[in-house]
Amino acid sequence: MSEYIIKNGKVYDPKTGIKGDVSDVCIKDGKIAEKVSSKAKVIDAKGMTVMAGAVEVHAHVAGPKVNEGRNYRPEDKLFTYKPTGKNTRMAGCFSIPTTFKTGYEYARMGYTTVMEAAMPPLYARHVHEEIKDTPIVDEGAFPVFGNNWFVFEYLKNDEMDNVCAYISWLLRTTKGYAIKIVNPGGSEAWGWGENCTTVNDPVPYFDITPAEIVKGLLTANEKMGLPHSIHIHSNNLGNPGNYETTLDTLKIAEGVKPNNKFGREQVLHHTHVQFHSYKGDSWANFESGSKEIADYFNKNKNMTMDLGCVTLDETTTMTADGPFEHHLTSLNHLKWANVDVELETSSGIVPYVYDPNIKVCAIQWCIGLELGLLAKDPMRTFITTDHPNAGPFTRYPRIMKWLMSDKARQDMLKGFKNSDKVIAATNLASIDRELTMFEIAQMTRAGPARSLGLYNIFGGLAPGMDADVAIFNIDEDKVKDPEDIEKAFSAASYVFKTGTMVVENGEVISNGNKRTLWVDAKIPMNKQVERDVQMKFLKFYSMNLNNYEVSNHYVPNPYVIEVEN
Amino acid sequence: MDIVKLTLNKVPELFLEAENITPDQFAGKNAQQIGELHVYMGNQTAKISDYFKVEGKGGATAADTRIVISGPTDKVKYIGMKMTAGEIEVQGNADMYTAAWMAGGKIHVKGNVDSFCAIGMTGGEFIVDGNAKNYLGASYRGDWRGMQGGKITVKGNAGSDTATFMNGGTIDIGGDVDVHLGTHAEGGKIIVRGNAKGRVGGQMVKGDIFVLGQVERMMPTYVYKGEEEAELDGKKQVFKVWIGDMGERHGKRKGEIIYGKIYIPSGSVEAETPAAQVAKKKKLTEKQLEKVKEAFKDQEPTVQQVRTYIFDSFDVDMKPMQVSRLIEGLKR
Repeated sequence: MSEYIIKNGKVYDPKTGIKGDVSDVCIKDGKIAEKVSSKAKVIDAKGMTVMAGAVEVHAHVAGPKVNEGRNYRPEDKLFTYKPTGKNTRMAGCFSIPTTFKTGYEYARMGYTTVMEAAMPPLYARHVHEEIKDTPIVDEGAFPVFGNNWFVFEYLKNDEMDNVCAYISWLLRTTKGYAIKIVNPGGSEAWGWGENCTTVNDPVPYFDITPAEIVKGLLTANEKMGLPHSIHIHSNNLGNPGNYETTLDTLKIAEGVKPNNKFGREQVLHHTHVQFHSYKGDSWANFESGSKEIADYFNKNKNMTMDLGCVTLDETTTMTADGPFEHHLTSLNHLKWANVDVELETSSGIVPYVYDPNIKVCAIQWCIGLELGLLAKDPMRTFITTDHPNAGPFTRYPRIMKWLMSDKARQDMLKGFKNSDKVIAATNLASIDRELTMFEIAQMTRAGPARSLGLYNIFGGLAPGMDADVAIFNIDEDKVKDPEDIEKAFSAASYVFKTGTMVVENGEVISNGNKRTLWVDAKIPMNKQVERDVQMKFLKFYSMNLNNYEVSNHYVPNPYVIEVEN
Repeated sequence: MDIVKLTLNKVPELFLEAENITPDQFAGKNAQQIGELHVYMGNQTAKISDYFKVEGKGGATAADTRIVISGPTDKVKYIGMKMTAGEIEVQGNADMYTAAWMAGGKIHVKGNVDSFCAIGMTGGEFIVDGNAKNYLGASYRGDWRGMQGGKITVKGNAGSDTATFMNGGTIDIGGDVDVHLGTHAEGGKIIVRGNAKGRVGGQMVKGDIFVLGQVERMMPTYVYKGEEEAELDGKKQVFKVWIGDMGERHGKRKGEIIYGKIYIPSGSVEAETPAAQVAKKKKLTEKQLEKVKEAFKDQEPTVQQVRTYIFDSFDVDMKPMQVSRLIEGLKR
């Protein structure tokens, strides 16, 4: 395998603690190495920024709802297609890019690992088919557990061993990575035409509350010692006044200590917190609750979050939170798709236009950035847009620009049509913090990798780690115009994926060696769970158990994270 | 105003996609530069000069540019797409997507146009002397933003799905329209001077539709509200007004619910209720049976022959199975 040495670049690496010093990075046999032979190809990165490949912690990039989004939004594809290139296939769409565009665009921005945030176990095969078709980036997928009948019943009967055995079986069967919880209880209640808007609303029939579901899955996760913590999208998303529900959810994890051998330090990851930090009691007096949420996060070190920044684009919202999407379509009257996934979850899709001239959208934009700036620990705060819900992931460079430049933010704030009202309802105007390049590296590389339990292989440049390296043509000390930040991060000068150069001068030159990450929790199946699974398939599922498993040919290049018990 | 004259030399083998034929693209270019702009045919890229003779030059700005296109342009798509100013005159027919997403200026087609013309139009004027096919002034597939502004005038007829998702602007059709007029409309004004086939204003939330001829069949979700005076062509006239679509959500203004409205002139002949579908008789009388027997005496007629004979002679539409049984009976 080829060797490379990256010379003269300014290196930002939280893993080794290098904060912008000029240092050499050596790549050998797909790993970062101490040194390389004289035959190594030299990359001159003078005046450039060198970082590890970025890790995406939460994005909807593969699976049935993503595909349905593509399917029912032909207008999103219009005039976006790029024809087949030398190393690339035809790729297009804006808010819900094709699998190929997903891979290419992530790679061009220096991302090398991506987590699909919500995999309905029933359609896990579809998710893996799309993951297989997404080039370059390593991917994993989080199966959803928060509305699962097995989980409800075992938790209700306080059968923790069965919960663990079931989770372990489902992770293995669906080739999943972590426990995702979407609107715990609420998506099941949606099957009854209801919702759970607080942590104490009981789920119809099952008579279990969201708080019990979260607590139970959190306990199971730590008992099993999985690499990632529970990954939660809490109840009451997107409603004014919901920050209290968010705090109630976070309090469930208060004081719980992490138990794992992967270096993970949190027991709960709260995703797209922007959508969960709203104050006020109607859209008229809607305001930011970011201070309360950020304060809580700063005090409690056993939690991580990702931002879910609104990018003010026309996008497609899609979530396993079925009732929320129904709520949204009655607000904006645009087309709506809805699916009930049998015993497991539900899902909905609605297009949404985040219009900067609308007060609420502008406030949402502020909240996302406020959270990023008010959070004191960038190792626990990650940049996302909840792609494509708050905006497409291709806007990450723009978010980095806003986080790194007070000027860019203030210009936006002043440009809003309802500028005064927006400033009054938010804290952003009074925050002048500008994130440094090192903090960006923490928020996009080291932090997400550590929270996923992958910090020994991804997100850093220490010898022995996977050689995922991104080089951007920007020098932190010489940035004159904030636009340069966006430009540099949009198209990396070089990107290496496990030692293979995949991007050169912003163009994709190789399709890399893509892997699928999944977690083998190694808890043996017990007789009770085995019987329950068979009974449920006989009685309720529309599918035969034999057709449920994601067999190995769906995952041609697996990277199995094994949990030692 | 500078004039660019384009003459199509020959009928293209496939369809030409000529989104570059707009005053915006031609402005500030001479004949040779204009000829260099690309057109697509299938998966091939060619130059405008490969197909057109280019004379004259573009004006300094799009507004100063007038394009006159002649020749057999029936198979040229996307003329004037996304144009913002200036003028285009097409002396013959044009194909699909003419004036698509047009934002300003004027396009005059002297012949007919095909489907999807002026979709998503936001401004300007689009005139067709002949007929237009389907989806005139509609939205792109899946989109909820149809025609939002400007004016479309078609002197002949228009096809189906005209003005789907219309949000603003005016469409004036001299002749008739096919089904699905103004589906999902949320604003704008449509005038049909001939007849409208049916399903007029389905799922319409807001907007005005004038049909000066007849509406073949009013949607059941429309309610007759009475006579009302409204202005059309600068004259005040009395119209019969239907409001709807009652199956849809409707906004409120000053406490009053806003509906979509269909206007039909008061003086015109009552929109006839469709001729009652008189159930055709399915059986033959004894007398008729005798006649059939007589006609096919000493023959081995096919079912179709007998059926046609019965239909032609007695106007009875029998099912093939019935006819088959009848033949069996006659043999015995």
